[in-house]
Amino acid sequence: MAAGIRDKVAIIGMGCSKFGERWDAGPDDLMVEAYLEAMGDAGIEPSQLDAAWFSTHIDEIGTGKGGTPLSLALRLPNIAVTRVENFCASGSEAFRGAVYAVAAGAADIALAVGVEKLKDTGYGGLPVGNMGTLIPQTSPNGSAPGNFAQLASAYRTKHGVTKEDLKRAIAHVSVKSHANGSKNPKAHLRNVVTEEQVIGAPMIAEPLGLFDCCGVSDGAAAAIVTTPEIAASLGHKGLVTVKALQLSVSNGLESQHNSWDGSYFHTARIAAKKAYKEAGVEKPREQISMIEVHDCFSVTELVTMEDLFISEEGKGWRDVLDGFYDADGKVPCQIDGGLKCFGHPIGASGLRMLYEMYLQLKGRAGDRQLANPKLGLTHNLGGSPSTNVCSVAIIGQQGA
Amino acid sequence: MVGITGYGGYVPRLRLQRAAAAKANAWLNPGLMGKSKGERAMANWDEDAITMAVEAARDALGPDDDRSRVKALYFGTTTAAYTDRLNAGIVQAALTLEPQTACFDVTGTQRAGLSALSNALAAVRGGLKGEALAATGERRKARAASAQELDGGDAGAAILVGAKDTLADHIGSAVSTVDFVDHFRGAGEEFDYNWEERWIRDEGFAKIVPPVIKAALAEAKVEPGAVDVFILPTTFKGVAESVAKKAGLKPEAVKDNLAAQLGDSGAAHALVLLSHALESAKAGQVIVVAQFGQGCEAHVFRTTKKVESWKPERGVSGWLADGKPETNYMKWLVFNGLVEWDKGMRAEKDNKTALTTLYRNNDMILGLVGGRCTETGTVQFPRTRISVNPNNAAVDTQVPYKFADKPASILSWSADNLTYAMSPPNHYGMMVFEGGGRIFMDITDVDPGDVDSGTPVRMVFRVKEWDERRGFTRYFWKAQPDKRRMAAAKQAAE
Repeated sequence: MAAGIRDKVAIIGMGCSKFGERWDAGPDDLMVEAYLEAMGDAGIEPSQLDAAWFSTHIDEIGTGKGGTPLSLALRLPNIAVTRVENFCASGSEAFRGAVYAVAAGAADIALAVGVEKLKDTGYGGLPVGNMGTLIPQTSPNGSAPGNFAQLASAYRTKHGVTKEDLKRAIAHVSVKSHANGSKNPKAHLRNVVTEEQVIGAPMIAEPLGLFDCCGVSDGAAAAIVTTPEIAASLGHKGLVTVKALQLSVSNGLESQHNSWDGSYFHTARIAAKKAYKEAGVEKPREQISMIEVHDCFSVTELVTMEDLFISEEGKGWRDVLDGFYDADGKVPCQIDGGLKCFGHPIGASGLRMLYEMYLQLKGRAGDRQLANPKLGLTHNLGGSPSTNVCSVAIIGQQGA
Repeated sequence: MVGITGYGGYVPRLRLQRAAAAKANAWLNPGLMGKSKGERAMANWDEDAITMAVEAARDALGPDDDRSRVKALYFGTTTAAYTDRLNAGIVQAALTLEPQTACFDVTGTQRAGLSALSNALAAVRGGLKGEALAATGERRKARAASAQELDGGDAGAAILVGAKDTLADHIGSAVSTVDFVDHFRGAGEEFDYNWEERWIRDEGFAKIVPPVIKAALAEAKVEPGAVDVFILPTTFKGVAESVAKKAGLKPEAVKDNLAAQLGDSGAAHALVLLSHALESAKAGQVIVVAQFGQGCEAHVFRTTKKVESWKPERGVSGWLADGKPETNYMKWLVFNGLVEWDKGMRAEKDNKTALTTLYRNNDMILGLVGGRCTETGTVQFPRTRISVNPNNAAVDTQVPYKFADKPASILSWSADNLTYAMSPPNHYGMMVFEGGGRIFMDITDVDPGDVDSGTPVRMVFRVKEWDERRGFTRYFWKAQPDKRRMAAAKQAAE
């Protein structure tokens, strides 16, 4: 395995727009909002940026293709802008690009910005689109909740969990995220909900009800990265550094080979193992302080607890019900509300997760600040359970 | 001797209760209450003449992958998806018949189904080196609140014709062509325009059909009184009986036309009834099948001993027994495009089909053909240059592998209320096949609560989507809960 990224790159600035139904803002406004916060945090001038990575997923209705939307919105000084797209993990992809550019010495300071403008479609939920000319001719007429709901039937069957127990466990996932989101002024959804409300909500895709689905939001997030040496020279102290950046992409095994049972994410387990190795984490359940995972749907979060090797296989649902991942639990999960409540502007979400981890590590998370976190993990997924890309990143205190 | 070597049928699962439809419309036409008895077969939204013909042909051909014995295919219907694209070619591709199969659409009249059989018989008699398949399907379309809506039924049937090992020998036939317009449907029109029933009965059936029956029997050298089964589809009460009488047939020979449980399936109906009659036929019986439409056509068959032992996969009876009563008349209207309903913005997705892509992947999309690695035996869908086997990504080792008739079961599923669907919630999931391979696909003929992980399913050829803007019908395969395997599993458990 390669030497890895551990402690080679530091984050010196992050920003995040208010997420939500931003009727008032176009994608350019959202990008500016996140960018100005990040630049203020980093304390640098635009002329100090060497290159930028820009992530957005649904270019058709959002921001358009190419690198120009970012450069135009931010009036960047004609630096390189690379537009990246990797489904809902696009934000992590932008971060990866910027971090690797710094690690490679190709850039001293690099910018990553992710944005998505989803509320210009005229209807709720994600926009409907085609994937090429072959897949639409065979793949089911489905939606994101229907695709992720597949996990539930396979997980129940594999682990012998009753429909009722699973429904209760995934309800707890959402109750917890709403409680956390209520403390986050930038979150899309800030209402507190009860288990009864979640269980009794209208069914979207069996067994996922309305509250099992994340918010469909507008928003942007940004990160500025450099080497620890340059960070120090700029006066930054108590550095947050990158410990691991892994990405695992499906190759058709899950969708075409009968070795996969449908109850977990094959890619997440691979990415998690590699990330722990890269970061030097041996006992994630003890060593990881907090996690932000891709809770596009409550059941996704539930199985991810096992895919990250924090809960034992088949026992994640019990840990969830026991409050292990609650704000006052051993490993708080979605302390900012997660995709569920902070919201899910696709191209921004990976960076938004890192934003919260960064704030927590810097001790700047306000009402939701955790006590002395050392390592934060983000898990950013794109696609569907049977065909996806999965990013696992770990950031933490320098030296941790 | 040339004759029938196999037969099959298909009746869609849903059965519209005529009382429900009649009641909904009696305020417009109180006379409809006179037709409120029984039920009619109602195609699911994703079924059409082609898919029902495919299902009937599979019923006749059985699950064996090797269908190379079929050298010609005649598809009889008046409700095909395409005016200019060989509909029989779609049936051929779905059945994975050899490309060398001669395929023809037979259409333009209500006797198109029986004409398809005529052509199949003629082809074999003319020296075809193999068997000929006559397949028929009809999705009747009628205006809301019309009598035709209650009289009709959706179904398919298939008859295999060969020169040896026959179940019934073809011993006579006759035809007459008369431009008697009892009804018509102009090019591009959706609905029939019907003339007065009394005239059709007295000047049409009564005068045109009996001479044809007599001529066919004369050719067969069979006395009218020796006919055991007489098939003449008609929705008019007593007409088959009066024609039989005029032709000198025994009244008890007249076959029930399945009006009470299926309805009249138009061009398909003669073969549906023939297929149904063959299920219970005894050796040595004489069957006369006739169909009316711009004249008449009649064929005489004498069954052989083999008719008593040969059985289709399920047969018309099997499908008839597997019905689900439907009392929701609105569902009928929606499924048949008889009402403008709010499909929502999600339905605005462009379903333009790349014809190049369809052609490149023709056996995959229409035939559900995947691949099998000749090195490792790994079975996969779709077929690819590099094997999906995680332990041996062999290159260029795959040979075609047919999935359509392999038993499968559900690994994971959901019932989706968010996505646009003609029959929500849309069920779909990962189907795992016995013998290897899996496909993530739609589930059809399903109601909430019907399925879970482990439920056995079978593959069915269905309409995937319509491209309404361009008039293109897209087909693919879907999973259908396999009632027979479910029942067998239940029995084994007990």
